[in-house]
Amino acid sequence: MTAESKNQAIQLVVNGKTHRAVVAPQATLLELIRDHLGLTGTKEGCGKGQCGACTVLLDGKPVNSCLMLAVQAQGHQVVTIEGAEHEKELDPIQQAFIDEGAVQCGFCTPGLILSARALLDQHPHPDEDHIKEAISGHLCRCTGYSAIIRAIRRAASGGKS
Amino acid sequence: MGQPVKRIDARSKVTGRARYVADVKIQGMLYGKMLFSPHAHAHIKGIDTSKAEGLPGVWAVITAQHIPGENQIGVVTPDQPLLAQETVRFVGDCVALVAAESASVAEKALGLIRVDYQTLPGVYTAQEALGENSPLVHQGGNLLTHLKIRKGDLKKGIGECDILLEETFHTQRQEHVYIETIGALAIPEGDGSMTILGSIQCPFYVQKGVAHVLGLPMNKVRIVQATTGGGFGGKEDVPSEICGFASLLAWKTHRPVQMILTREEDLRRSSKRHPMSVTYKMGATKGGKILCAQIEVLADVGAYATLSPVVMFRSTVHATGPYEIPHVKVDTYGAYTNNIPSGAMRGFGTPEVTFAHESMVDELAAKLNMDPIQIRLINGLRLGSQTATGQVLRESVGLEETIVKAKEACDWESKRAEDKRIGPSRRRGLGASAMFYGVSLGAKGWPLDGSAAAVQVHQDGSVSVAIGGTEMGQGAQTVVAQMAAECMGLSLDRIAILATDTSLVPDSGPTVASRTTVFSGNATLNALEQIKRSMTELASELLAVAPEKLDFRDGQVLGGGKKISFDQLVQHCYSRNINLGAEGWFVSPPCSFDEETGQGDAYYVYGYGTQIAEVEVDLDTGQVQVLRVTAAHDVGKAINPQGVSCQIEGGVVQGVGYALLENFMMVKGQIQTPDLATYTIPTSLDVPQVEPIIVEAISEKGPYGAKGLGEQPIIPTAAAVANAIHDATGIRITKLPIGPEALRRALLEERKEL
Repeated sequence: MTAESKNQAIQLVVNGKTHRAVVAPQATLLELIRDHLGLTGTKEGCGKGQCGACTVLLDGKPVNSCLMLAVQAQGHQVVTIEGAEHEKELDPIQQAFIDEGAVQCGFCTPGLILSARALLDQHPHPDEDHIKEAISGHLCRCTGYSAIIRAIRRAASGGKS
Repeated sequence: MGQPVKRIDARSKVTGRARYVADVKIQGMLYGKMLFSPHAHAHIKGIDTSKAEGLPGVWAVITAQHIPGENQIGVVTPDQPLLAQETVRFVGDCVALVAAESASVAEKALGLIRVDYQTLPGVYTAQEALGENSPLVHQGGNLLTHLKIRKGDLKKGIGECDILLEETFHTQRQEHVYIETIGALAIPEGDGSMTILGSIQCPFYVQKGVAHVLGLPMNKVRIVQATTGGGFGGKEDVPSEICGFASLLAWKTHRPVQMILTREEDLRRSSKRHPMSVTYKMGATKGGKILCAQIEVLADVGAYATLSPVVMFRSTVHATGPYEIPHVKVDTYGAYTNNIPSGAMRGFGTPEVTFAHESMVDELAAKLNMDPIQIRLINGLRLGSQTATGQVLRESVGLEETIVKAKEACDWESKRAEDKRIGPSRRRGLGASAMFYGVSLGAKGWPLDGSAAAVQVHQDGSVSVAIGGTEMGQGAQTVVAQMAAECMGLSLDRIAILATDTSLVPDSGPTVASRTTVFSGNATLNALEQIKRSMTELASELLAVAPEKLDFRDGQVLGGGKKISFDQLVQHCYSRNINLGAEGWFVSPPCSFDEETGQGDAYYVYGYGTQIAEVEVDLDTGQVQVLRVTAAHDVGKAINPQGVSCQIEGGVVQGVGYALLENFMMVKGQIQTPDLATYTIPTSLDVPQVEPIIVEAISEKGPYGAKGLGEQPIIPTAAAVANAIHDATGIRITKLPIGPEALRRALLEERKEL
């Protein structure tokens, strides 16, 4: 950290819990989530917004947390993969990813699940093109996306393949 | 067994709880960074690290002179210093390492290191490298490898052909783009040993490499694989380098050091798929029987050999494709350049030659006015066929079935007959491509081709399995767990597969070459059979039933009308001090390869596949959209059919990227595609509908008849796409990737009246 930089105190809600943190002005939301809060389910694949692995939900909308400053999250609601489960029950999207074999190496998986969550919250019954569009900011190198698309469709139809 | 099961690691991954190396922080941990060469070829005249060392927060700066062991990390050929000492040979060579209290301080320290370089002339293509008076990348000359096959009588074959075609094809450098970059955490232990946790495909390579550079015996180096976010060959040997860096810094500082590569660092350092030029002369009779193939392959190896000698072995053995051709001459050459090293990538030298031979076979079919499926059926390998290396195939040849099933599933005949024009400037086409692929390491890697497993049955009847193969996303742990469950008659949830750890199992070779299902699977079964023998003996006594009548099924051991639960039997074993731990071992059946003639049983068994791509071409823009790929693959017994299908889907999409998009470009040794905005891979908007078809030609040596699958699906895709483009437009593209500019140019040049 440079001498002239001035740390700032921020407050935000992460996975339903209020957190206060003192962060450097150049610290990213990703650093806040991983390094300060220890929520390591959010992954860094490129640090430049090119792969989507670090996606979290900010007020319900997917954002690349590597491209957002921590201070910009002041006062906002953040959901990370750790917040996707409800009462220890998997989100239907998480279950559908398991059921459809949409998980291989797993590194892109948390971000994709959150983007899918945001999509289904907005459009509970998306068509295939809509799903493809919604996840087009995420790179996955293992699955070829087919199983991921199937999983999101499955979750949208109440868990049926 | 043979039923689709859910992956045993899926839950930890969908919840974000799976622990990758970057997720682990330990007390006192420092952050490591490396300083790259800005030059593709230069002499190092001096390095001044004093300013960097003086920067607050810096704990160590290391250059080659500090290395306690031997400064050498080459996995096949000892040509690669871990840290460049006198010469840098590509822009990913590193000259210094820094450990600091944060990554940003380490980064700042790198900027304070002064390196005095004298630039040297470089060579940047394989052709240049083999020219007279070319600058030498290594003192021994630029030719690293030359392999050959001499089968039959080429002259005679050429003389008997009714048609003879010749063409040269060019393939590009491809990057793996595993989504997790390479990373390592080196922990110096109190007894002078080193423990390393990392994103690693081949822990035993890392153990050997790190021991070598640290000057430690191998029993002082322990490698534990963290959850690994993709490999595709890219984490075969390069992690030895990164773990070597981290462990040098840890050794120097006596503190744990973590090195997580940024995407740019990873792209700059890690090896790529070989760019190749391949020239084919292929001849056939009027009836479509291919009589001869003369093949020359020239590959750009880059600055260091890495795995090139073995990659080129695969290119050599697979050069003719899955066809029985009586007269064959193959020469493959790999030449050093001052480019980034070419190394292991999924398919390992085979997708390159497959693009060429499958384009050639389609050209022969076109000239003979023959259906492309028909020519493949006429020449395809079957039981009793002889490969180009003279190997007679005695088992498990599913090629023909893959051809027929792919053809039927995609409605080949009616689609080929349809009008290609679907609009004023849009054309559709259908193209086929077939492949074969030797399972495991074959003749060139045979000394590494044994694998171990260590199994124990705990007091409560749960089972732990340690294997030498790694999970990097391909689903290895799940299939091994399935096999263990089947063997012991237990449900899948009673089996745990441990993180791969060099202290748990003996050197099991690398996790490469589509070998893990067979090798870790067989080793596990071997261990379990030993445990079962002990358990059966006691059960026989307790139940008064002959041992050969007893069966392990549904959590019970039963036979002769009597039974005991598995768990009870385990308790009896424990109360009598019967050992329920065992180590299993599996060795590849013998393989051979004569260096002069290229004849021998190159691999013990082969996988086969056929893909058919359907494309739509926009004549105005040259844009190609792959609509559908039907992909039939013979994998032997499919242990987890869902896993097989998902591997096929993923491999095909990597193949579509290779066909149309991906090109890791270098100009004069400088990287032109330094990040994921410039090196683009398929997104969800680029993917075709993939229809996987599983063909099961049972392999006698495989566990439950399995062969391997990991690499197969990427191999035939590019050729299938190119053949489909030809079907749509009549244009034969001989260079990958087939970008819109290239196709549009070709369309204009041909001045086709489409």
